[in-house]
Amino acid sequence: MRAPARVWIGAALVGCALLAMPFALAYAGTAWVRIANFAILYVMLALGLNIVVGFAGLLDLGYIAFYAVGAYVYALLASPQFNLHLPFWIILPIGAAVAALFGVLLGTPTLKLRGDYLAIVTLGFGEIIRIFLNNLSRPVNITNGPQGIAGIDPFSFGAFSFAKPETFLGLNFSGPVKYYYLLLALAIGVIVVNIRLQNSRIGRAWEAIREDETAARAMGIDTTRLKLLAFAMGASFGGLAGGMFSAMQAFISPESFVLVESIMVVSMVVLGGMGHIWGVVVGAVLLSFVPEILRWTVAPMQEALFGRQLIEPEVIRMLIFGLALVLVMLFRPAGLLPSAVRKRELAASGEAPLVDARL
Amino acid sequence: MSALLEAKALGKRFGGVQALGDVSFAIERGQIYGLIGPNGAGKTTLFNLLTGIYAPDKGSFRFDGRDISGLAPDRIAAAGIARTFQNIRLFANLSALENVMIGRHVRTHAGVLGAVLRTKRTLLEEKDIERRALELLDYVGIRARANDAAGNLPYGDQRRLEVARALATEPQLLALDEPAAGMNPTERQALGALVKRVRGDGVTILLIEHDVRLVMNVCDRVLVLDYGERLAEGPPAEVQRDPRVIEAYLGAPRAA
Repeated sequence: MRAPARVWIGAALVGCALLAMPFALAYAGTAWVRIANFAILYVMLALGLNIVVGFAGLLDLGYIAFYAVGAYVYALLASPQFNLHLPFWIILPIGAAVAALFGVLLGTPTLKLRGDYLAIVTLGFGEIIRIFLNNLSRPVNITNGPQGIAGIDPFSFGAFSFAKPETFLGLNFSGPVKYYYLLLALAIGVIVVNIRLQNSRIGRAWEAIREDETAARAMGIDTTRLKLLAFAMGASFGGLAGGMFSAMQAFISPESFVLVESIMVVSMVVLGGMGHIWGVVVGAVLLSFVPEILRWTVAPMQEALFGRQLIEPEVIRMLIFGLALVLVMLFRPAGLLPSAVRKRELAASGEAPLVDARL
Repeated sequence: MSALLEAKALGKRFGGVQALGDVSFAIERGQIYGLIGPNGAGKTTLFNLLTGIYAPDKGSFRFDGRDISGLAPDRIAAAGIARTFQNIRLFANLSALENVMIGRHVRTHAGVLGAVLRTKRTLLEEKDIERRALELLDYVGIRARANDAAGNLPYGDQRRLEVARALATEPQLLALDEPAAGMNPTERQALGALVKRVRGDGVTILLIEHDVRLVMNVCDRVLVLDYGERLAEGPPAEVQRDPRVIEAYLGAPRAA
């Protein structure tokens, strides 16, 4: 299959826009570059979760636990906590591998569970990890408990550090801008891996499991192995993102890995279009940016309209956010950019006509 | 040459109900072997034992010289027994082609690494999977619908697709669970022809069927079950005349 020329031109334009983006954002303030970085981080997380939820059809509400595992692995191996300072290109793969191991750990006892039951167990798993991180400070101090770990090393290659600003060809590369490019490269890698997995023997087997597990087994698909593989693959992307998060923030604590974060990532996948890679990317970018934009616009708007703050920005932000989610689910139940398969699924199960044409 | 499938004293109990007790039979290579009996006779239980949905409580069966009783369904499929479902279980939202391609899973090898790196071997295998799947769609006569969602196909085509998907696993034994259910006489005839053709191409067939006429027309041998027991076994013409079989289907002459 050869892509037509306009696809290539489109891709080139998007590529240029993505490359120029941090400088445009830096105009508005470094905070916006950071927000963009988090958006990319969430793209990676959402794509990882999409393997579990979108491809294999296993609802995982504790996904943030793998992000936490990756973040803590990085923090413990590159901070004053144990006085270890391993280079990032060694720790990131370790973090991904440890997260994958935790994925299998979660997957094994839940193999026979489906739907709601699986969701509840994974939700519990996410909380267990967080509570462990909170309490592993006694009797031996491993995670430093709720105080978290500070002074985490940034990524660096010899003298080149991602934390220090630099001027190159007359352009000012601040720390966040450098991370932006690294994140972008990693995210593109994650997208490629996702696309290739989806259109492969493994991806088809996941699809078969999602559609009808009994029939999948009768066709000789080892559902146990493939479900564990989905959990492990998804978790490893979470772990990778977690390591990046640690290095960018230089400080982590269990508070960053609460249930709401898991729900946020699930929302990104569902809102964007479960099982559809580009849909999930759009979902993650939207859900990362829109709340921030609201944060910056809600307060001035109220000042202008009423002369004072009637409702706290945080409250109104969540209000609008919730409303937007409800509207999307009403009018586009398969997501903003749904996959063809998912559209058929919803049409077949009769979930779609929530809003009937006759109304 | 020994039998392809040899069952010895298979038994299965659900709570207080002996669904199947001490059933023995053998299927020779190249046969179309029928399994009939009134409702509740244990046909489906036997079928589920042979395809790994249940493990037998008693007895065992050998397939191709190997004891595979009690293995999981995916292992049974890997060993060479493929099945279709009474109440069609296609991957309804995937295309017909994808359904058959999934059937190729068990005979192909590409893993995560191969898929991600798109190695030459994976690409070749992928091409081969698609080619073979299209051939199979052609074989059962629905190639024109390759890109339609399986769930949107007409009923008869869905049955055919299930056969194509099962054949994609390269079975030695194809087990069909009431394939003619819900079909009209023309469709039944076409199905009978398809079954014979599959056998002609070297696949042994186990056919559970309600429709006695179809069984009598296509089967080489028939096993009749009643109340979980083997009632009769032999060529259809012989079985048809067996007074016990007639009694099981029509009731005892005196009671009538």
